Amino acid sequence: MTAGIEAPMVGLTHGASEDTGLGQRGPESKSIVVPYGFWLFVLSDMVLFSALFATYATLVHANDGGPTTSQLFHRDLVAVETIALLLSSFVCGLAMITAKRANMIWTQGWLVLTGLLGLVFLSIELYEFASMVAEGAPPQRSAFLSAFFTLVGCHGLHITCGLLWLGTMMAQIWAKGFQQHILRRLLCFSVFWHALDIIWVAIFTIVYLIGTLS
Amino acid sequence: MTLFGRLTWDAIPFNQPIPLITSLVVLAAVAAIVIWITMKGWWPYLWNEYITSTDHKRIGIMYITLALVMLVRGFADAIMMRAQQAMAIGQSQGYLPPEHYDQIFSAHGTIMIFFVAMPFVIGFMNFVVPLQLGVRDVAFPTMNNASFWLTASGALLVNLSLFLGEFARTGWLAFPPLSEKAFSPGVGVDYYLVALQISGVGTVLTAVNFVTTILKTRAPGMSYLRMPVFCWTALASNLLILAAFPVLTVSLALLMLDRYLGFHFFTNDGGGNSMLYMNLIWVWGHPEVYILVLPAFGIYSEVAATFSGKPLFGYRSMVFATLAICIISFCVWLHHFFTMGAGADVNAVFGIASMIIGVPTGVKIYNWLFTMYGGRVRFTVPMYYLIGFMLTFVIGGLTGVLLAIPPVDFIVHNSLFLVAHFHQVIIGGVVFALMAGYTYWFPKAFGFTLDERLGKAVFWCWFIGFHLAFMPLYVLGFWGATRRMQHIPDPTWAPWLDVAFVGAAIIGLGIVLTVVQLLYSIKTRDQRRDVSGDPWDGRTLEWLTLSPPPHYNFAVLPDVHGEEAYWTRKQTAIKEEQLIPEPNYQPIEMPVNTPTGIIVAFFASLCGFAIIWYIWWLAIVGLIGAFAIFVWYAWRDEHEHIIPVEEVIANARERRRIRMEHLHTVSQST
Amino acid sequence: MSENDSERLNVAPGEPHDSMMSETVSYVVGLGLALLLTGVSFWVASTSVLWGPGIATGLIVLAIAQMGVHLVFFLHITSGPDNTNNVLALAFGVLIVFLVMIGTIWIMAHMNANMTVSPELMNLQMQH
Repeated sequence: MTAGIEAPMVGLTHGASEDTGLGQRGPESKSIVVPYGFWLFVLSDMVLFSALFATYATLVHANDGGPTTSQLFHRDLVAVETIALLLSSFVCGLAMITAKRANMIWTQGWLVLTGLLGLVFLSIELYEFASMVAEGAPPQRSAFLSAFFTLVGCHGLHITCGLLWLGTMMAQIWAKGFQQHILRRLLCFSVFWHALDIIWVAIFTIVYLIGTLS
Repeated sequence: MTLFGRLTWDAIPFNQPIPLITSLVVLAAVAAIVIWITMKGWWPYLWNEYITSTDHKRIGIMYITLALVMLVRGFADAIMMRAQQAMAIGQSQGYLPPEHYDQIFSAHGTIMIFFVAMPFVIGFMNFVVPLQLGVRDVAFPTMNNASFWLTASGALLVNLSLFLGEFARTGWLAFPPLSEKAFSPGVGVDYYLVALQISGVGTVLTAVNFVTTILKTRAPGMSYLRMPVFCWTALASNLLILAAFPVLTVSLALLMLDRYLGFHFFTNDGGGNSMLYMNLIWVWGHPEVYILVLPAFGIYSEVAATFSGKPLFGYRSMVFATLAICIISFCVWLHHFFTMGAGADVNAVFGIASMIIGVPTGVKIYNWLFTMYGGRVRFTVPMYYLIGFMLTFVIGGLTGVLLAIPPVDFIVHNSLFLVAHFHQVIIGGVVFALMAGYTYWFPKAFGFTLDERLGKAVFWCWFIGFHLAFMPLYVLGFWGATRRMQHIPDPTWAPWLDVAFVGAAIIGLGIVLTVVQLLYSIKTRDQRRDVSGDPWDGRTLEWLTLSPPPHYNFAVLPDVHGEEAYWTRKQTAIKEEQLIPEPNYQPIEMPVNTPTGIIVAFFASLCGFAIIWYIWWLAIVGLIGAFAIFVWYAWRDEHEHIIPVEEVIANARERRRIRMEHLHTVSQST
Repeated sequence: MSENDSERLNVAPGEPHDSMMSETVSYVVGLGLALLLTGVSFWVASTSVLWGPGIATGLIVLAIAQMGVHLVFFLHITSGPDNTNNVLALAFGVLIVFLVMIGTIWIMAHMNANMTVSPELMNLQMQH
């Protein structure tokens, strides 16, 4: 059998050209490893949202005689929310461009704008929730409303965490400057922020637009 | 609203002798251990070398210690159930009242899966994967430490329910509507939910860590198809964790929203749908089985190749089978609720998928058989477990294929037949592998082997005990015995239940002997020193470095040529009677110790405890504390310390000398 | 292999390109496309000139297209060799997302169809 060890080596020796496993080069640098790990976490978060979407799809008609989707949702508000979050995502990208060139003023400026647009989004969402509760449609009313508040609220909770993270990042950049590990974190934040925008696309389509089709 | 929410003196079980005495004994044992460690002055050592360590090997050892301690707790639950069922037949009511018995079977399942099997498997991944990949640590060492402590925090909360309040009486997956506030108003289900949420976070972080480690940090030359099979199975298992655990988080979170805020996901009223919970929890639940068993298959593969003295037969088919299982395991979850009424077409699709997943598993069995075939097999303890596993697991797999046939499932679902089936695959598949791995990698961790004779005695206890304990349950299941019965109405079942009790007792003897084996081996360790770092004539890179490995594992990252990285290198060395030329040593950068993990887990436990008992101010304190420690950690600049090159060289030369001596002995003997 | 080469063989997810111009252009194009697709979605949902039953499907197609735009122009996920690992992870994630959603919806629809208790029967159960 010892010959067997030698034989497969020929077939299995990966030249650099066919090596998708990065095998020849050893461990990757931190600037690859850290964002990759975060990317995996974000994908895992997407699966979390998929379970919430599945729950919502199952329970959307279980309104227990209470208000239905088309009675509750207002497309104009959602349109403003959508644009605010999209612009926030865009501005976050601009902040990444300036951060890479270590421009403190512009980076902080874009990040402030990112946060403000996020706050606009969050305020509209909270306003929507509050008015729904006031209208007699709190999450305790029916399974549909439980699922709605949980799905949209979970996204809102992510935005809130993102804003906390953003504030911490801005303070760090201010205090410590554009160090390698801080830039890595900023990159992770931007991945998180763009991913939340992607989830919002699914929410405004499935929950709000399809929910209010006549 | 009081200061301590619903926590009152009534929470302590003064009027129930069994939990009260157990609590006192456990508390006394914990106090004794704490006092003993304090007297010996070991706290600084434990704090620096284990509790705050970012060393993957130390974290792995902590995981496995946690698993072994929890195994004792889970087994205590098991033997109490078997005793109750053996006693409470006909007129007799046994010694456990129903409400206590229900807590015991719930705790048994929860603890065995989440706090024995999971930490045991993750412990091996921690200890072995970076060594096998030929690197110095995992991708995120600090997060690794935090993952462990979050798991420990969950285990702590589950065990706290013994002293304060109660545990869930709802079975290990807490199905609604029984687990809803209306039917389970106590703290039991809340303990269950909060403990699993906290440990679940730890598990997801572990998965992020290991997928990144395996995909992004490997020794030079270690391409995908040169990774040891254990690393492949660890990769598949962690991918499954990444994909499945968020769904568990969602199902438990929705149930929490129902219980705490009056939502209507799974309630009987308000349009709730309890079947949705079964669906979601099994989306997680089925992959979970493979999260446990894939690394177990990896351990068997390492054991089979090493002790047969041959490369693993069909390495590539093993890899593809692993990945196939990884995907298909996400397409079978409905087979856990065939009888809930999805209808014939849905049942048929999931039934067929469940049978298909047996195919790659069968491929693996043949691979291990052909690895042994024609090899020079050494019948060591891990090999005993491998053979015992194949005999046991094949039967368990076949009963699984039976259960995958929906009409058969309608007859035996929820019966002791099912209980026998899943214990057969989990004990025969996972636990045997864990015991094999424990014996196999113990010398790598501590520098001496475990006693072989006692190890074989432990194996026979598990093997015989298992078959005595669970084979009768198949028979009873066919006769219509449902699971989780506190009282047995039919006296003709008595002999079978007695046999099952004897079997459980024999397994208990095996657990006692495991402790005896450990103590005896420590006492006589000088007779069984692992001098060479390679006590089993191994084939993968963990055997390249000495036992126990230095903090940084390898002085220089090994260059990998060919599939069996260490075997190739070792044969060259033996042939040429020399080691590879001394490499160019460099200073090594290693992560510093950090108390972040244990502090985060402390605040998580505090917050969790507060949520269970409705102590809202404390929950907020816990959350703020966790955020503060997070920011504090993010603010530090010092994440690594440098090991000077002189230290590396001195250490490496000493190790080369030892290996050179060993090489001479080997060369002369051949 | 120089340090530069090895960096180029593999990039982090979300890592932008090299020149400031091309980066900005990427974000601006992404924003434009996203706004366009969002606008089309809202229009499709409110117009009455389209075939009613197809609108929901059309909206989902538009949403998936917009997600693609975000992935390409904001998260810089490409099909290049430097992105293999990122794309593989994404593909695995997308597969699981679809399995979970489609599986659950399919199963629960059948459960609802087969297992819904008629209101009269429900009342009988509640009365005992």
